[in-house]
Amino acid sequence: MNSGEGMPAFDGVTIALSKGRIFDDTLPLLERAGVRPLADPETSRQLILPTNRADVRLVIVRASDVPTYVQYGAADIGIAGKDVLMEHVGEGLYQPLDLQIAKCRLMVAVPRGFDYAAAIGRGARLRVATKYAESARSHFAEKGVHVDLIKLYGSMELAPLTGLADVIVDLVSSGNTLKANHLEAVEEIAKISARLVVNVAAWKLNRSRIAPIVEAFASGLEGSS
Amino acid sequence: MTYRWLLPEYIEDLLPPDAWRLESARRELLDLFRARGFQLVMPPLLEYIESLQAGTGQDMDLLTFRLVDQLSGRQLGLRADTTLQVARIDAHGMNHQGINRLCYAGSILHARPEGLNQSREPFQVGAEIYGLEGLVGDIEIQELMLEALKRTGLPKVTLDVGHVGLFRALSRQARLDAKSESEWFEALQHKDLPSLQALMAALGTPEGQALGQLAQLNGDVSVLARAHQVLPQAPEVRQALSELEAVAAHFGHRVPLAFDLAELRGYHYHSGLVFAAYAEGYPGAVARGGRYDDIGSAFGRARPATGFSLDLRELLPSLPSS
Repeated sequence: MNSGEGMPAFDGVTIALSKGRIFDDTLPLLERAGVRPLADPETSRQLILPTNRADVRLVIVRASDVPTYVQYGAADIGIAGKDVLMEHVGEGLYQPLDLQIAKCRLMVAVPRGFDYAAAIGRGARLRVATKYAESARSHFAEKGVHVDLIKLYGSMELAPLTGLADVIVDLVSSGNTLKANHLEAVEEIAKISARLVVNVAAWKLNRSRIAPIVEAFASGLEGSS
Repeated sequence: MTYRWLLPEYIEDLLPPDAWRLESARRELLDLFRARGFQLVMPPLLEYIESLQAGTGQDMDLLTFRLVDQLSGRQLGLRADTTLQVARIDAHGMNHQGINRLCYAGSILHARPEGLNQSREPFQVGAEIYGLEGLVGDIEIQELMLEALKRTGLPKVTLDVGHVGLFRALSRQARLDAKSESEWFEALQHKDLPSLQALMAALGTPEGQALGQLAQLNGDVSVLARAHQVLPQAPEVRQALSELEAVAAHFGHRVPLAFDLAELRGYHYHSGLVFAAYAEGYPGAVARGGRYDDIGSAFGRARPATGFSLDLRELLPSLPSS
């Protein structure tokens, strides 16, 4: 789709992935679909990675950009954390598979000793620092707590320590970073894992190409569980 | 510092040669509609907000630009979709008893872009048939949509067909309340199988299983046979499936067909067969439509209704050069 001027048109399936944990955990699943990347994104500077299959290529994008690429049809398939999908508002995506990889939890965390129950009592107003504004907003709205959101892009743990915010909403896997910064998780907002997402038009138009890859991923999951 | 030459985001001028190309396509389509017996209507750019949103649930709410009428003090909206206006005209303005075929072409405005990189001023062209019940109307309007796309430079499209009656019937059988219905709706709309598993487990009834099955029922025509096996044999279900089969029989030999029984776009106002056309090179549907028999009741007179529309601005890349 939209292979702009100057770009050779690619007639095949494009899969959008982010570097790091998601990429590493996805490799075995790709292998099941008979797809092996011909370059390592950690060492290569290429952003479009060819694979052993001429009709499949990978594009390496930031995790939070994966839904955008897939929704716009710049990639047919993508792998993105549930956290990213919850932040991404918009139609045009199917998310048929929970890949059970890159697991963690989206949680509310507070400075140790902070009385969270009292802080969210009647009529309370809370300053919340987070990268996950949509999820945080709807979580506190459901509870009836008014919040002032402070959008940060990293090191959320610092916000309560420096008085920038009362609590944070962040991903927690081991909890070690929280502990090291004298914070504790008090409430779970959602369980997070990586999802496979598919562009709607690609699913309808190129089903014969896309479905085998999705099915290979799905059977890989059944095999492992 | 203001840049007086800048336009608002997602709003653009149409320049040569695109302006002529769009205009030629508009004429071509209106000629087609006229030859097929459709009357042209030109509804206003703005209306009272209640009329623009009648019966559509919240689908139109965030899309609609609003302003206050200095004459009446009431709130006005800029039209975000022409279909409802045409339904109002059929129900009240014309008060036709028999079959009424209407068409329209003009700009609509969206307060926020409806999709990524989409204009906030789509050029909507469409046709609606009122007073014609059942399949005859559904097939006529789908034929018209395919012909319209052919004339706008898209001869090869995939016709994707669904039926909101299935979800409606199954969710009634499962006795879903409004909140859980919207959870099911979300999950089905995104083919979010993990969430559907959780919803099925929470409900724990055969009706829930049937609802969850909808997400698996998409693909070529064999989907319909599978649907007969896995869905309960309720009259509404059989009715919906037989309509889908009739579409398959009618178009199957000449148009690539896809069926998607979990396609629920516009669920809040559609009532029967829904369809969309997909074309290579476009990340979303290039035209869509469906049956919406109950909408007229918002204007005091329910009438059988079906129609389709497309956005010529979005189709500019494929429009023939004039």
